[in-house]
Amino acid sequence: MAAERSDPLVSIRDAKLHYRVGGALSALRGLTNVVKAVDGVTFEIGRGESVGLLGESGCGKSSMGRLLLKLETATGGEIVFDGADIAGLKGQELRNYRARTQLIFQNPFDAVNPRYTIRAILAEPLENAGIAKAEHETKIAAALELVRLPQPEQYLDRYPHQLSGGQLQRVVMARALILQPDFVVADEPVSMLDVSVRAGVLNVFRDVRDRLGLTAIYISHDLALVRYVCERTIVMYLGKVMEDGPTEDIVHEPLHPYSKALVAAVPVPHPDQSHDPLPIGRGAPDPRNPPSGCVFRDRCPKAFDRCASETPLLREVGSRKVACHLF
Amino acid sequence: MPENTMVESTRENIVTRLFKALRLPLNDPFAVFGLAVYAVFLLTAVFADQIAPYDPTEILYTPDYDLAADLRPGEQGHVLGTTSLGRDVFSQIVHGTRSALLIGVTAAFMVALIGSIVGLVSGYFGGWVDAVLMRLADIAFGIPFLPFVIVLAAFLEPSIWNVVLAMALVLWRDTGRVIRSQVLTLRSRGYVDAARVSGSSDFKIILRHIAPNILPLSFLYGSIAIGWAILTEASISFLGFGDPSSISWGYMLQDAFASQALAKQSYYWFVPPGLCIILVVSAGFFITRGYENILFPKLGR
Amino acid sequence: MTETLLSVRDLKVSYKVGRGTLDAVDGASFDVPRGSIVGLVGESGCGKTTVARALTRVIADNATISGGQLLFEGRDLAAISEREMNAMRWRDIAFIPQSAMNSLDPVYTVEYQLNEVLRKRGGLGRAQARKRCEELFEMVGIETNRLGDFPHQFSGGMRQRVAIALALALNPKLVIADEPVTALDVIVQRQILDQLRELQQQLGISVILVTHDISVVAYICDRTVVMYAGRVAEQGTMEATLTQPSHPYTMGLRNAFPDLQGAASGMLTPINGAPPNLALPPPGCRFAPRCPFAIDKCTTVSPETLEVAAGHGAACHRADEASKLRKLATRTETWMTTEMAEA
Repeated sequence: MAAERSDPLVSIRDAKLHYRVGGALSALRGLTNVVKAVDGVTFEIGRGESVGLLGESGCGKSSMGRLLLKLETATGGEIVFDGADIAGLKGQELRNYRARTQLIFQNPFDAVNPRYTIRAILAEPLENAGIAKAEHETKIAAALELVRLPQPEQYLDRYPHQLSGGQLQRVVMARALILQPDFVVADEPVSMLDVSVRAGVLNVFRDVRDRLGLTAIYISHDLALVRYVCERTIVMYLGKVMEDGPTEDIVHEPLHPYSKALVAAVPVPHPDQSHDPLPIGRGAPDPRNPPSGCVFRDRCPKAFDRCASETPLLREVGSRKVACHLF
Repeated sequence: MPENTMVESTRENIVTRLFKALRLPLNDPFAVFGLAVYAVFLLTAVFADQIAPYDPTEILYTPDYDLAADLRPGEQGHVLGTTSLGRDVFSQIVHGTRSALLIGVTAAFMVALIGSIVGLVSGYFGGWVDAVLMRLADIAFGIPFLPFVIVLAAFLEPSIWNVVLAMALVLWRDTGRVIRSQVLTLRSRGYVDAARVSGSSDFKIILRHIAPNILPLSFLYGSIAIGWAILTEASISFLGFGDPSSISWGYMLQDAFASQALAKQSYYWFVPPGLCIILVVSAGFFITRGYENILFPKLGR
Repeated sequence: MTETLLSVRDLKVSYKVGRGTLDAVDGASFDVPRGSIVGLVGESGCGKTTVARALTRVIADNATISGGQLLFEGRDLAAISEREMNAMRWRDIAFIPQSAMNSLDPVYTVEYQLNEVLRKRGGLGRAQARKRCEELFEMVGIETNRLGDFPHQFSGGMRQRVAIALALALNPKLVIADEPVTALDVIVQRQILDQLRELQQQLGISVILVTHDISVVAYICDRTVVMYAGRVAEQGTMEATLTQPSHPYTMGLRNAFPDLQGAASGMLTPINGAPPNLALPPPGCRFAPRCPFAIDKCTTVSPETLEVAAGHGAACHRADEASKLRKLATRTETWMTTEMAEA
């Protein structure tokens, strides 16, 4: 249904999220007071598409997710969801938007209030949407069925700490899906889970997304996980998009020097693998003092003069877009 | 099994749930002692008219129509003797319980209530609301408390409510600050984001996800405020700015002091109210300590 | 090279929980050859961290080493006095924690904390200690002018480098690293692992690397010890355990990992169910309730370790059929059978 329309569900244009940090003292020490968590990000998400946001911590991928869910207000640019700019949403319009967008968290134990039973946790979105109490039971059961937690009576009156991480993450997913949203942001949903249950949660996520025709954003620093759930990947570094294209293309032939390093760094469970040093400089990016020009240039093995003076723009290169002067 | 009790608690009524939310520190012996002291004083306050043999302000006479002044304990049936004006010390102690608890509890309630609301609003909404409220707190921190109460008492009619008013105006600052910082950490929890994403209103999020977690903290600061209020009232009365028409322990101390009870070695007159103040205030702090052990389990040993 | 530095024999660590006890580690045996990196792998609660901590004898108050031997160069670490043990920490056995932030004191500079170890434990003089600090920082690849910085001034990866420097301060023979890269991003993780491997080879030390990530083992370890529910499920050379896993649990773990080198269409297969409650472990093999290959014997008799090849053992009754089971284990359907058992 929704997937048949060709206009994008989400369209982000030059989105910015700048924080003011520190006070007069750090300004005196010559540090800028502004952290640019998201700095001029532009992309679109088609209906039914799954996009992976890939990058190291501090690259702005989680902030981007929070902007899309209106948990944070953009300080610049615009985010258009299904034809409407979300900046101006208020009252009933905002409530409708909330019902259509959802979040799946990194740490399931943080994502639910430990004081309430699973039943109460799952009922909260239903109450907010004004759904009659009589319907709660069937809707909750259906949502739990969807995430492959059968026999709901086993869980409903339990408290979060009585469930395992994998089970609780499914409850968190059930809560996100109970109002049948169009758009879901999953922020590293398996990074806190044990290895043997990760696959189960990922499979449920893929399965549910396909069955409901969800549009999804999957945030992670691990390309192997992103590849498992998303056909398209956006690589971010210091608040900017470095590369945007089909996941398989990025996995097999990353173009941006940063993508190359990210791909090379993904650990693989094989004895025979390359032990070559990563093609990237040491050190972590300092978001308060990004380099001039290209933000990646101080760690880039291929940086040249132009990289310091001119910020590379996102350009189309074949099937994808790359922000690098080499292309 | 804890699991069973957890499951059952969903079906309990609101009173037991509130009682549970308060999490009375019943496994700390000191706190239990404190609670017991409070229980005794509370009963005394409620049944003061039945317990006290005389009206505390009544000037008594001996059967020979002499002023029953400065009687020693036990003389003529006065358990704790009489004052220089011929009033029954024991009856004054009993009635003093009333004003002590009345001041303590109302002041604690005001401090906890105002502090909690300020902390919740300031911490949850942040921005300019937070800035304004916290600058007000800074100003409140700058007010010297005792002189402020004295000035207030001088402006208004002398009344025990001055202390309550002064505390409500000034002492919310500590509670507000602490609760605000607690709210700041709670607000960043994932389940608060989850509630926002699922469309819960700010009011609902505060009521459902944040307030229950700060309730024990408000109680902690409330029970600290009880002690402060009783001490402040005693100080004010002792300094002579109290309400002469209502009997309080502080007033008794002041009365004894002015009548040179020490020189007359009338220990029965000023030791009991002094002991009562120490007992109630320290009982309050014992309870507080019990709460601290619940809230910050690592502090204890 | 094949000389054994540390030999863990039938180690048992018990926790007092309420009125009963719980064996977090129940009869674990493995060897650490001199100059090698041994990966201790398993899920949370499998006992890998408890084993690592037992080796330094820094365990929780309610835990005791209730059995077995920890033979370090022939000396039983489980039997020596606390004073003797204390003398061996840092000098012989050093520890790298998961989060360096927790092991570094935020109110002292890094140099001060290095000095503390070098001078108090190592007995070095002021000038010697200063020289050694600079040496250590160069070893782990941090500019020496950052010695005077406080822990919070370093990034996560740099802090982990400081923790490595701290562990290597007194030239230990064995370094125990508890999930040293788990909290780090992939790029930093890889750089730290490279650094660790380089130093290990350069100094000829032995390393026990505790991790939940098979990929980390594949990248850096010489040997693998796979733990499940307080017991060693399988151990052998890294190549053997990864290419010819002989315990169904190891086979299952291999399936659960996404593989960037594999085909895009590959399906990940979870191991259904959850690890057992160690206060009430199932009789027989502890993996049996989740194992698609369990036979009757598995639910009653606890399996002994069977040697499937030289130096490669698996605690499984069907270890002799391993090659057949391996083929079955690569099929997703094999693992679906236990799905209904999940509760």
